[in-house]
Amino acid sequence: MAKVLVVTSGKGGVGKTTSTAALGAALAQMGQRVVVIDFDVGLRNLDLVLGAERRVVFDLINVVQGVAKLQQALIRDKRLENLWLLPASQTRDKDALTDEGIGRIIAELRPRFDWILCDSPAGIERGAMLAMRYADEAVIVTNPEVSSVRDSDRIIGMLDSKTVKAERGECVKKHILIARYDAGRASRGEMLGIEDILEILATPLLGIIPESQDVLRASNVGSPVTLHNADSAPARAYVDAVNRLMGETIAMTVPTERKGFMSRLLGRRAA
Amino acid sequence: MNLLRLINGRKATAPVARERLQILLAHERGLRGQSDLLELLRAEILAAVQRHVDIDQDKIVIRMERGPQVSTLEVDIEVPNGAHKSFAAAG
Repeated sequence: MAKVLVVTSGKGGVGKTTSTAALGAALAQMGQRVVVIDFDVGLRNLDLVLGAERRVVFDLINVVQGVAKLQQALIRDKRLENLWLLPASQTRDKDALTDEGIGRIIAELRPRFDWILCDSPAGIERGAMLAMRYADEAVIVTNPEVSSVRDSDRIIGMLDSKTVKAERGECVKKHILIARYDAGRASRGEMLGIEDILEILATPLLGIIPESQDVLRASNVGSPVTLHNADSAPARAYVDAVNRLMGETIAMTVPTERKGFMSRLLGRRAA
Repeated sequence: MNLLRLINGRKATAPVARERLQILLAHERGLRGQSDLLELLRAEILAAVQRHVDIDQDKIVIRMERGPQVSTLEVDIEVPNGAHKSFAAAG
């Protein structure tokens, strides 16, 4: 039976979709059967980051409304045979998503996969609520920046009260994933440090994704960063995070770029 | 690093961010699932005054300051002379 994991943040632009794609791909690369669901109705992007944008026929709302079968809407990744995508609708109204409909889809997917990753839209409206509704675990993507930390705190409060697990008196297992981290700026006191964020949010850390141009390069070509450049700092950070999700204990480090001789000589920022 | 900071005169801003967040979130967490005490006081104080005096809404200044230990609520109401409501008329 699959674990349902929501990737959420409250704030937009912190790296939810990038992280969903990278975590999903890394899990699939380890042999896990993974489906990623885009809950961002009207602003879908997970298809684009995964390079499946031209293969979308049916979407989440089509399935909720019974227009398409789940099997017809699922898109299999061309590179990773264990990775599947259920895209969001680009045209429909987000009110077409219903609690009951999502519950039915999750129940249908559970026996077929090991992981169901729900990519939440920004905000705290219906799409975000439904993305976390059936979650067993949550990855809260946070940037080292005041507005992001505040919104993460709000989302943690919602995970503890508005989910099916919370209503049953159980607890959604929560993890903080710090993205866009710049170790240099943090050490100069220009950016909130890891310790600061963890102390404020009082939630365990899943991983630290360094700020890196590799993330942009990967999304440019529609490939999860763990697949596009497995040796890059963010890819290694996502792989570490996934191993921790699988229950392994891995020392927490911020992977750094492996600088070439020339860039070291020229002192260029190899971010 | 500290030397660099001395040279360009910039102060570390992260500690400020941390402190601001701690104060704000302590307050916001307290709000979840219950009404805000300061908001409640503000509403009830205004209602109490309005029962006796006609107040121009523009003449009310309310300031709130949330701190880690103590928060303050400052309600400044301008009461014109002769604004006392007649209880006889009100019945």
